[in-house]
Amino acid sequence: MSETFSNLNMVVDFLSTGLRLSVPLVFAALAGMLCERSGIFNIALEGMILGGAFGAAVATFFSGTPVGGIFGGMLCGIIAGAILAYLCISLCVNQIVVGITINLLAVGFTAFLSRIIFEGQGSTLDLPGFKAMAIPLLYSIPIVGVVLFRQDVLTYLMYILVGILFIVIFKTKWGLSVRAVGENPAAADTAGISVTGVRYLSVLTGGALASLGGCYLVLTQVNLFSEHMSAGKGFIALAAIALGRWNPIGVFLACLLFGMFDALQLRLQFSNPNVPYQFFAMLPYVAAILALVGIIGKVTPPGATGIPYKRGMSREQAIF
Amino acid sequence: MSIASNGLLENRMKYKLVLDHITKTFGALKANDEVSLHARKGSVHAILGENGAGKSTLMNVLYGLYRPDKGCIVLNGREVRIENPGIALDLGIGMVHQNFMLVGRFTAIENTILGTKIKGIHLSLREPRKRLLELSDSFGFEIDLDQPVWKLPVGMQQRVEILKLLYHNVDILILDEPTSVLTPNETQQFFDVILKLKATGKTILLITHKLGEVMTVSDYVTVMRDGRVITEMATSEATTQALARLMIGRDVLFDVTPEQATHGENVLEVKGLCAVNDRGLPALDNVSFEVKAGEILGIAGVDGNGQTELAETIVGLRSLSAGKILVDQVDYTHVSVSERRHRARIGYVPEDRQRRGLALDHTVAQNMMLSSYNKPPFARRGMLHLKEIRHQAEILVRRYDVRLHDVGQPVRELSGGNQQKLIIARELRENLKILIAAQPTKGLDVGAIEFVQNTIVEQRAKGTAVVYISTELEHLLAVCDYISVIFRGHLTPKMSLGETTSEKIGLLMSGGG
Repeated sequence: MSETFSNLNMVVDFLSTGLRLSVPLVFAALAGMLCERSGIFNIALEGMILGGAFGAAVATFFSGTPVGGIFGGMLCGIIAGAILAYLCISLCVNQIVVGITINLLAVGFTAFLSRIIFEGQGSTLDLPGFKAMAIPLLYSIPIVGVVLFRQDVLTYLMYILVGILFIVIFKTKWGLSVRAVGENPAAADTAGISVTGVRYLSVLTGGALASLGGCYLVLTQVNLFSEHMSAGKGFIALAAIALGRWNPIGVFLACLLFGMFDALQLRLQFSNPNVPYQFFAMLPYVAAILALVGIIGKVTPPGATGIPYKRGMSREQAIF
Repeated sequence: MSIASNGLLENRMKYKLVLDHITKTFGALKANDEVSLHARKGSVHAILGENGAGKSTLMNVLYGLYRPDKGCIVLNGREVRIENPGIALDLGIGMVHQNFMLVGRFTAIENTILGTKIKGIHLSLREPRKRLLELSDSFGFEIDLDQPVWKLPVGMQQRVEILKLLYHNVDILILDEPTSVLTPNETQQFFDVILKLKATGKTILLITHKLGEVMTVSDYVTVMRDGRVITEMATSEATTQALARLMIGRDVLFDVTPEQATHGENVLEVKGLCAVNDRGLPALDNVSFEVKAGEILGIAGVDGNGQTELAETIVGLRSLSAGKILVDQVDYTHVSVSERRHRARIGYVPEDRQRRGLALDHTVAQNMMLSSYNKPPFARRGMLHLKEIRHQAEILVRRYDVRLHDVGQPVRELSGGNQQKLIIARELRENLKILIAAQPTKGLDVGAIEFVQNTIVEQRAKGTAVVYISTELEHLLAVCDYISVIFRGHLTPKMSLGETTSEKIGLLMSGGG
């Protein structure tokens, strides 16, 4: 182990890998956080990532440009968000059930369609993607500069989104409405805020955000689409939301932590070929569980998350 | 019956607000039947009625939460359509709900500016703070604007609600049962606030079922019963007795005259009890008391001073950090809930009847046997005896006069008073040694309160040791032999009714004395 980390390049390489592995998590976790802040528990993040990846692959395949891929990916994410929103907000269906349904639907649907579109293959051939572009000046900061500022467009977009979401949630009226709707929808309704409107917008935005995670997988990480390539990232993102205490910056850092664990397990896999790789592959998930155990009792989610709101319906009635 | 409406309808301009023949039905139920109301500018107009009389429905119509089937709302002489609370606010109508509509984690400022139409998207708190401070000062509110509101005492939270409305330039304030959560002192201060509001020309609609309140602060009163207006009159022309008769439709006895029971041995002894609340903070601090057979000990106090924790600790729903609980000298400190129920014969009327007391979606019959479902006659060899369950439930329903269609009906469909009767019927089914009644009259109307009070007195006559926890001092004074006051987890020694006054108790409830 000590040899692995012996030189600076190795460290930079490790951190860059960690960052790259966290990017999809960050997009998904920001999306989930926004939804939960507005009172919708979005466990469909996994499906939204997968949908986004599929949409990105298809759109890039036909348009020939990764920018087109982003639009395709976001469209799929928004569609998944619309399904979630309609069922959970308008019809008040149990949010967990809807989330699971969307996840399963995404796995089956993308696999089915990708076989039709990409002619019988489970995965696409090499797609055009985003290349890393170094940002002048910032790039020359030792270690940090190389890690953070020699990335692709989507990663930079992620940095910006973390900041934007922080400002939106804590410094704008819209953010205040979102938080109020997620804490006490009856109070927000009484104050003249449209609970349904705020929740719809949050969930649709969430769908778009989460799908960017999928776009990143396809357009930056692997340049192809393969079945179920989201591989549990949506669930790790859920853990990161709680660990990051529903704060965009906290969520970002939590995702970085999980990403680093992922990078670590890859390293360990390569340096210990005689240990079955499955043990190392478990590492990020074990980290997620331990992190959640560690914060038990110390964090409280937004008060109304997971509970549908209907006028004249008491909280008690809404749960069942 | 609607004598008032015809005479007063002539001149709409005379009134700030007129509700004209409002009808609202829910399925088969006529919650409001041709209800009319006329409120003058700068007056306090009480709307008096029991639970289920249709007061809240009427106010929800006015506030835009419900749309009426028939009738119209006339504001300042012009007919208005109020389709949602936002429109109501724009028209200058605001409501303080019985359970406050505050976001607990927000500060008073954040709660206030929620939903306001400030220009721009940036959330600037400077202007709102300035205006709130001015408003708060002019009414003498003394609110800490930067604390999350859940940390403020209930009386303060209510002021935040009122402040919120004032900030929105509301001139009609609807107050829904505003004193139900306040201490006697807070209530007095609250009345002062109402008078100040009135002096600035605001119109106040006070929804209440408390006659004393109507007589003290209101100028006019509309009495409702069964969804209809019984009368509308100037309060100066009314008497408490007359209003009570109009509200209930029969005479009520205000005093349950308790025949003095003979007290036996100490049945329940609590020694040095300490426990923490759900947030892990100390809720009970060295609480000790004992109750004899055939004695009612009243525990007075403002909500949230440890009453919930005290009741739960005694019945075994909450673990204690120190202390002892003895029943007939036997230590029951670390014994299961079921043992306490069946061996120590402790009955429990929980404070939150919908969450702790009943399974709302289960039938009346199922709820009736909830505490002894696994014992004969309800169950034999692991199988439920459905016929017997139904039969027993029917007997209890008849004996306690629970109003329902069928014991196979879900409990959710019953009114609050009938739900409470159901719990009491179940708890008293077995011969009790100890009864813990936590806020048993909370949210009930006069008729149901009378029933609860009588039941408690009956239990005393049977030799049960009763611990009666309530925030309603009047209810305690009517039936208890002794009273202790709980404040921030401390319990005062018990006082017999002869040696104390309601003023003194009121003072203890707010931490003085």
